[in-house]
Amino acid sequence: MTQPLVYLDHAATTPMLPVAVDAMTRHLAGVGNASSLHASGRAARRVVEESRETIAGVIGARPGDVVFTSGGTESDNLAVKGIFWSRRAEDPRRTRILSTAVEHHAVLDPLHWLAESDGADVELLPVTSEGVLDVASLRDAVSRDPGSVALISVMWANNEVGSLQPIDEVVAIAAEHAIPVHTDAVQALGQVPVDFAASGVDALTFTGHKVGGPYGVGALVVRRDVPVSALVHGGGQERDIRSGTLDVPAIASLAAAVEESVKHQHEHAVRVAALRDDLVRRVVEVVPDAHLHGTPSGPLRLPGNAHLGFPGCEGDSLLMLLDARGIECSTGSACSAGVPQPSHVLLAMGCDDDQARHSLRFSLGHSSTSGDVDRLVEAIGPVVERARAARAR
Amino acid sequence: MRVVAAMSGGVDSAVAAARAVEAGHEVTGVHLALSRNPASYRSGARGCCTIEDSNDARRAADVIGIPFYVWDLSDRFHEDVVEDFMDEYAAGRTPNPCLRCNEKIKFAAVLDRALALGFDAVATGHYAQLRTGADGLIEMHRAADHAKDQSYVLGVLDQEQLRHSLFPLGDTDKPAVRREAEARGLLVADKPDSHDICFVADGDNAGWLREKLGDRAPNHGGDIVDVTTGEKVGSHGGTYGFTIGQRRGLRLGVPAADGKPRFVLDIEPVSGTVTVGPRERLAVDHVSGIRPRWCGTVPERVEGTVQLRAHGAEHRAVVEVAGDRVEIDLLDPAEGIAPGQAAVIYDGTRVVGSATISATRPAGVRA
Repeated sequence: MTQPLVYLDHAATTPMLPVAVDAMTRHLAGVGNASSLHASGRAARRVVEESRETIAGVIGARPGDVVFTSGGTESDNLAVKGIFWSRRAEDPRRTRILSTAVEHHAVLDPLHWLAESDGADVELLPVTSEGVLDVASLRDAVSRDPGSVALISVMWANNEVGSLQPIDEVVAIAAEHAIPVHTDAVQALGQVPVDFAASGVDALTFTGHKVGGPYGVGALVVRRDVPVSALVHGGGQERDIRSGTLDVPAIASLAAAVEESVKHQHEHAVRVAALRDDLVRRVVEVVPDAHLHGTPSGPLRLPGNAHLGFPGCEGDSLLMLLDARGIECSTGSACSAGVPQPSHVLLAMGCDDDQARHSLRFSLGHSSTSGDVDRLVEAIGPVVERARAARAR
Repeated sequence: MRVVAAMSGGVDSAVAAARAVEAGHEVTGVHLALSRNPASYRSGARGCCTIEDSNDARRAADVIGIPFYVWDLSDRFHEDVVEDFMDEYAAGRTPNPCLRCNEKIKFAAVLDRALALGFDAVATGHYAQLRTGADGLIEMHRAADHAKDQSYVLGVLDQEQLRHSLFPLGDTDKPAVRREAEARGLLVADKPDSHDICFVADGDNAGWLREKLGDRAPNHGGDIVDVTTGEKVGSHGGTYGFTIGQRRGLRLGVPAADGKPRFVLDIEPVSGTVTVGPRERLAVDHVSGIRPRWCGTVPERVEGTVQLRAHGAEHRAVVEVAGDRVEIDLLDPAEGIAPGQAAVIYDGTRVVGSATISATRPAGVRA
């Protein structure tokens, strides 16, 4: 490979920011369990609490709201199961969980598990053809029997097609009946304005490696007055709802990344959205029937997301052909057991199996350049032509 | 050449991919996802349809240093191989799904896709040898390791398919392949061979068919009749559970008059009758075949040998070709020949072609 790789898969994971690498390496050689009572322990605890305060400060939360976890999947599981269990324990009639058909598997799979193994009545509400929750269906589902709803979980922004969800309206509906709302904001933080308190949600998931921080660390931001049952029992380090020795270097690094990405969110979004719009416009010039999935470019879409359909192609073929040219993207499909499945998000948006399979997600991030877009635009024509030939035979 | 190496997750295809790289080809590893629901087909890393196998293939590709992808061929596999397998058993025949998979999937769907995507050939870990003949055609020969020879299940490949195939292991025996895998640091070196049908759990054909066929089964039971007396000697739970030549699992209620073991001689799916008889009645000296496939030029007549089942013996034979039918006179009678299996025709070690067995004639009965 003579040319450098063109990395257009920032929604999968994005390179660590230099400040995050600095923060992590600064603490890696240190010693001190944040739960220990001696000087080293206090020093470690201080790093953790300063990190917590930093994060709380930039996302509009109180420090006590921030519960460190191992990342997005754990935070989603903790929110969905933990809040459901607590709410049902308070009132056994609360057996329903309302969510959307386009959630990430880290929410969907816990919901399926609760439905199958724990008696939860899960309702996955429909979305529009742009992948946005149909708010009327949520209102109907709630008003059918508000007292039986334990939890509403709606993602802030969809990880595949980039559509932002109407969190304001969800919160307004839930508030009428004091139903807690969880949101998976893994894709949103650092990309669009996210303010925990102002949003009115009760619990919010984010993770380090999507904001330029390290893998394996994230948080559930959850109001102190929302009861959450623990998933992982042990030392009770995090508000007794999450146990495990705190990963001090990772938490310090997470805080640095969150601070940096949230502070620069606006300029980042403007720059990346311009690149994305350029990418979409020029790809469609080369491949006229290529089309954008999700909400239109603008305030209702993640700035870095270009989810494009290429009729007559297999997404897998496109991905492989681009990969061979050093251009990295995603089919956005869950690759369970190595067998690519058509995306549940696209199916929920009304795409048929074929449409769901002919799509690619390009996601830009802080390291993306106009040169990356040039390389893709240069490659996409022949690649689509070849993939079509492979499909047509 | 740009080569797709089909990597099952086993030792053979891993070494084949490594050898293709060493031969100077630009190789991309591809694992074929053939099962629609990997959990439902079988468990344990012995076949070619499990997540462990996919991971093993991925790790082998890492070690070899080639890109790796999973191609989803599950719909095609289901239509062309699994459905065919069920239809054939329902019709009282005994299909060979591996042959079918080579004909329809590995050297058709996969090869076509590979060619369209800009590749030149597909490499697999099959034990068979390719050579260029004097006439410029590609010839397929039995593997150097006769015990592992897989030319039988490749007998359905035509010249165009052979031109785009690579079998890097054809000149090597299996122990040497395992040693080579170990020397190359491939962790699959000591993985057991797969023998059973990859989509049938535990090798329980009859149980699998009973569950999957359901209403498509031509019958759910019938009589077992002895050919020597014409009398009912037992009953069974469905003709699809039997294959010609089968001895075990007949559970005959009435002992044979002559005291000799009984074998399945005939399966009649419509009436549900399974006919059994003594071993000597299994012998056939003529086989008719349909759907012939030729590796090269279509012959009119072949004086050579035929192999009538996987790992079966070679029988000297004279093969007459008439359009889409072949008539095979066996010079040495064969036993337990089941319609649905392939008759693969050889000239020495060279595969001439194959046909699907449609009918057999008992030895000694002259037409």
